Amino acid sequence: MPRGELAARIVSFRNDRLAGLVRFAGLFALAFVVFAIVLLAFGKNPLRAYADIFSNTLGSAYGFSEVLVKMIPLVLTAVAVAVPARIWLINVGGEGQLFIGAMFATWGALNFSTLPIWTLLPLISALGFLGGGLWATISGILRAKGLVSETISTLLLNYVAILLVNFLVFGPWKDPESANYPQTAPFVEAATLPAFGGTRVHMGVVFAIAALILFYLVISRTRWGLEMRAIGSNAEAARRNGIPITKYIVLLMFIGGGVAGLAGMSEVSAVQGMLRPSLSPGYGFAGFLISWMAGGNPLGIVAAAFLLAIVTAGGDILQMAHRIPGAVVHILMALILFVVLARHSRRTGGK
Amino acid sequence: MIGSFLAGLLAGSIHAGTPLLYATLGEAVEERAGIINLGLEGVMLMGAVVGFITTVQTGSAAVGVLAAALAGGLFNMIFGFLVITRRANQLASGLALMFCGVGLSALLGASYIGSRIHGLNEIRIPFLSGLPVIGPTFFNYDILVYLVVPISVFLWWVFFRTRWGLSLRAVGENPTAAFAAGKNPHRLQYQALFIAGILGGIAGAHLSLALAKTWAEWMTAGRGFIAVALVIFSKWHPLRAIAGALLFGGAISLQLQMQARGVPVSSFLLDMLPYILSLGVLAAWGGRRRHAAPASLGRVFQGTE
Repeated sequence: MPRGELAARIVSFRNDRLAGLVRFAGLFALAFVVFAIVLLAFGKNPLRAYADIFSNTLGSAYGFSEVLVKMIPLVLTAVAVAVPARIWLINVGGEGQLFIGAMFATWGALNFSTLPIWTLLPLISALGFLGGGLWATISGILRAKGLVSETISTLLLNYVAILLVNFLVFGPWKDPESANYPQTAPFVEAATLPAFGGTRVHMGVVFAIAALILFYLVISRTRWGLEMRAIGSNAEAARRNGIPITKYIVLLMFIGGGVAGLAGMSEVSAVQGMLRPSLSPGYGFAGFLISWMAGGNPLGIVAAAFLLAIVTAGGDILQMAHRIPGAVVHILMALILFVVLARHSRRTGGK
Repeated sequence: MIGSFLAGLLAGSIHAGTPLLYATLGEAVEERAGIINLGLEGVMLMGAVVGFITTVQTGSAAVGVLAAALAGGLFNMIFGFLVITRRANQLASGLALMFCGVGLSALLGASYIGSRIHGLNEIRIPFLSGLPVIGPTFFNYDILVYLVVPISVFLWWVFFRTRWGLSLRAVGENPTAAFAAGKNPHRLQYQALFIAGILGGIAGAHLSLALAKTWAEWMTAGRGFIAVALVIFSKWHPLRAIAGALLFGGAISLQLQMQARGVPVSSFLLDMLPYILSLGVLAAWGGRRRHAAPASLGRVFQGTE
């Protein structure tokens, strides 16, 4: 290839990239404008709202740390979706897997509270992973046996998981000291993931980064990654070449669910400090959307999780400072997704 | 004792099953057209809140139901634009629609929390409602309960006995072949989604106007997702959906009956029954044969360009 042509290609690639970025920024701007109009229609000042969201998220060190705190479960639940998605398994059960992970971790924290921190923390982390993983394995087995599509079973099991946690914290696990609040006894110090110097950013960040790096390495550098790609592109051909598809289905569901379980464990241990029904404001569902927006790309997951973490943190701010129901940020989140969805399809023709 | 328990259980199942059935019928119409909508939850919430606000403002629950139906239909058009015109991923679009509905309904309803309405009145059917036991069990409901079974039958007739229904099912099975046969898949899918939105809106209105008679954030509490399960449970068939909705409504009702009698069973555990039941039934059927799912469900019709 002549040198000039190569240079021209690089330039045009950069331009495409740039044009893509500009278009993306324009789409997000559109979502923010529409949300501003919605706020305006309800007599709220959108400029003040945006200024508050900005200054309380990106505008200060504390705000930024809060965004990081929100990113941890979002990244983990997104990886939980991206892992099985390598072989086109659709895991819409991140929410339930998160709850079961938190439940297992809580069981460990309440029953082994006398262990020293260097044993207890690894134990409840492992329990969280195991809990989420086993919950997703139910769907994996049902799918591998050709009985129920994993889309449907993971969706249904979300509600079973949330109800199970509700049953425990309203019933057998309820802390007698807590008056009438549905919550367990608080975690002991040794079961609390430590936070970094004065912020609320906790060790869960390590889980999130490790999950992303491992995910990237496995899909790009290992034989397993290659075999997953083979299953993903042509399952029948992969089967004839001796790749154990059934094993992959169950195992990838287990790992995905386990990662979501870690999200639950880190939320309950570091952020909440006890098991409560209000454990997650829909992190599992948001994780699905993040993974989908990112196309399963690890860096894309970070970017999309960052954006949605700002939006989620913004909800708390709107509720406190502007007396708008916190759920209202779901509109902004949905608008961002709508513009991405409406655009995405032009390129790929949908899936 | 047992008699009144059963009568109460049945009446409760009918009450709780009605919004489920409306939502299930809506989802069935969409899925027959090859589109799976996880956003029905959001559609129901929009119906619930718009119906409630309209009823507070006009004082008429009938107007409220109409407004809810219209709101549901229009709101579902956002989903239609994404998945039909823009050919976007149906699962992601559905979840996005759910989030939008949750947020928008919370914003719309914020100043109506605690408002009081009379709601939909029970209509006693003369003479029949006076019968002992049977009377109050079968002939003492609001208008939406009486209408839901005829609507199910009507939908069955539309699906299997009309040209439009045939076209709709053809689109759900194989849009390319339907297109080749002179149908317009996109128009049919839009029509299906609008009807589904109307039914979802009515489902929400029944919750806020007849059952709860109040508005609360996220008051549908996952019923939109139960409807998705129920459609599969009922094999995409409007008449089987009646039985399915009664069964699922029964699980909700059983819980209320047992609580009322002080039976010490956790309501949370009973609430799990519908989900576990549908999973179990799906697993039991799944082994035998591919049940009657529309063949192109979830796929995107690429058009002809």
